[in-house]
Amino acid sequence: MNLHEHQAKALLAGYGVPIPRGKVAFSADEAVAAASELGLPVVVKAQIHAGGRGKAGGVRLARTEDEVRAAADAILGATLVTKQTGPEGRLVRRLLVEEGVAIARELYVSFIVDRSTGRPMCVASAAGGMDIEEVAAETPEKILTVTVDPALGMQPFQARRLAFGLGFEGPVFRNGTKFLTALYRAFEGLDASQVEINPMLVTEGGDVLALDAKVSVDDSALFRQPEVAALRDIHEESPLEVEASKHRLSYIKLDGSVGCMVNGAGLAMATMDIVKLAGASPANFLDVGGGASAEQIENAFRILSSDPEVRVVLINIFGGILRCDRLAKGLIAAVRKLGVTLPIVIRMEGTNVELARGMLEESGLDFTTADGMRDAAGQVVKRLAGQEAA
Amino acid sequence: MSVLVGNETRLVVQGITGREGAFHAEACRDYGTDLVAGVVPGKGGQTAVGVPVFDTVAEAVAKTHANVGFVLVPPPFCADAYAEAVDAGLDLVVSITEGVPTRDMVRVMRTVPPGGTRILGPNCPGVISPGKAKVGIMPGFIHREGHVGVVSRSGTLTYEAVHQLSERGIGQSTCVGIGGDPVIGTNFVDVLELFAADDDTGAVILIGEIGGGAEEEAADFIRRELKKPVVAFIAGQTAPPGRRMGHAGAIVMGGQGTAAGKMEALRSAGCTVVESPAEMGAAMETRLRG
Repeated sequence: MNLHEHQAKALLAGYGVPIPRGKVAFSADEAVAAASELGLPVVVKAQIHAGGRGKAGGVRLARTEDEVRAAADAILGATLVTKQTGPEGRLVRRLLVEEGVAIARELYVSFIVDRSTGRPMCVASAAGGMDIEEVAAETPEKILTVTVDPALGMQPFQARRLAFGLGFEGPVFRNGTKFLTALYRAFEGLDASQVEINPMLVTEGGDVLALDAKVSVDDSALFRQPEVAALRDIHEESPLEVEASKHRLSYIKLDGSVGCMVNGAGLAMATMDIVKLAGASPANFLDVGGGASAEQIENAFRILSSDPEVRVVLINIFGGILRCDRLAKGLIAAVRKLGVTLPIVIRMEGTNVELARGMLEESGLDFTTADGMRDAAGQVVKRLAGQEAA
Repeated sequence: MSVLVGNETRLVVQGITGREGAFHAEACRDYGTDLVAGVVPGKGGQTAVGVPVFDTVAEAVAKTHANVGFVLVPPPFCADAYAEAVDAGLDLVVSITEGVPTRDMVRVMRTVPPGGTRILGPNCPGVISPGKAKVGIMPGFIHREGHVGVVSRSGTLTYEAVHQLSERGIGQSTCVGIGGDPVIGTNFVDVLELFAADDDTGAVILIGEIGGGAEEEAADFIRRELKKPVVAFIAGQTAPPGRRMGHAGAIVMGGQGTAAGKMEALRSAGCTVVESPAEMGAAMETRLRG
């Protein structure tokens, strides 16, 4: 689960990570009030779940109240297009108004779980404010890493090693090690999958602050992070994806015309791949999971077919725990109930598959049964071509 | 021989009195696995699925000489069940549980001493040595006894590969699902090491996914040490970057973990890399003939 910058900063501050003073605003009036409370100048920042806001005009410096109002009016309600939002962009519904700070240096620091060691890892660089992937690719010597033993936490020598590596001295050194240690505690305490501070700021006064903050929390840990779970902003998610998550379905909207319904994430990705290889394009990723019930299948079908781009449905199920006859029963019921008129290609294999095929044939509905994945993709392309001809 | 599980496997199911626990314990036993015990704290002394239930794994080991654990408990309790199996000194513990917090896995992996219990999963289909033993949730009947080792991050896509092999009369030595989470107990390289040393495994199918660097590490190992034919498929060639594809681990970030990069690494290590998931079985047939 992703968080807004202002939410991330508030959570980090709870662990002792220093942040600039700031307030959230949902209107220009609130932004002006926030600015007069904080003192000018301020920075007005669009709050959306995507990076690259500055380049898209979503971050503005305001020196007067009029400038605050102008910035808020310009950003609120605007649709920002950044390299992370996709071409459709993201509507801005809230702002963070933050005190302006005098910048001496900008650096980078993040914590992630390093999969190859299975441990938390700190990645830091003196090249702040830049795309860290570019820094890693072009000047890998500028990247510092430290792997943390989860039983011990971040050790003082590790924080010192990073601080020396970043060129911190004197009071900045002390502030820097404190910052890094607090950031690790936040990463651990929040069950974060990533905490990224870019830039981490050294002010002219020698303070070390998180000027921006990106926090992603492990979805599997939300049951024990109620404070974080309550921060979910469904405006930042696509409506169909929100609906799917209510039914514990994993759905991601894509831009093709073949609606896919598959059990298992790996098989679902492989199904998208074979659709593409056959010359068509998947409309979605949809994993109904291992033990889908008739109700789950109906929900899945409703979500998938409510995407207006979908012209053919491809169902690929390898039944293990999910028996094929149960799938067929759920499917027939769903198609009848929802009055689906889209052509449906079904490929099934596994437990009780013969029984299931018989049920589909006897239903009298427009199902095309396929033999194997390649045949299924071929049938999909054929049905699409048939539609174009008609 | 086979790897991880076989005729010597003596299974204890942790969470055996739950609906899932009882169902899968029975399915494993019906396949031929030697189910010897169950463990549910507070239910020691009862009987479930025809075997004695104990309060602790240590007691189950002492009384029944169980050597492999199968964890079927809800996500908040999974890591603790793993840790108990490690403490009891089982050879292997498998969990299919989906939704285990990554931090729990990070911590539990820290408790495994060198040479200690092997953890498989979580969020995986488990492991099966056809004709010998199954500790997992895969449909047993699609498998055939034979000499191809299968290792995969996916569940149903593994069944797909096995189905394609069995259809062609190609049997399997052991099929291992390692799971799709960011931190897992057993990685590709761990399983490939076992396959490399197993006389009964003559060739390997490796099924990877976008995200992380485990396939690249596998490619390095194959190049250096695995002198057996390998057929590989990477799922997610068409997945958009930055989106998590169902599995917590399946995400392309900042150009890392792409299908193209993984396919190239495996190809340059001498693997036959198929673009289509429908070609896994046929490609293995070709490699075995060649």
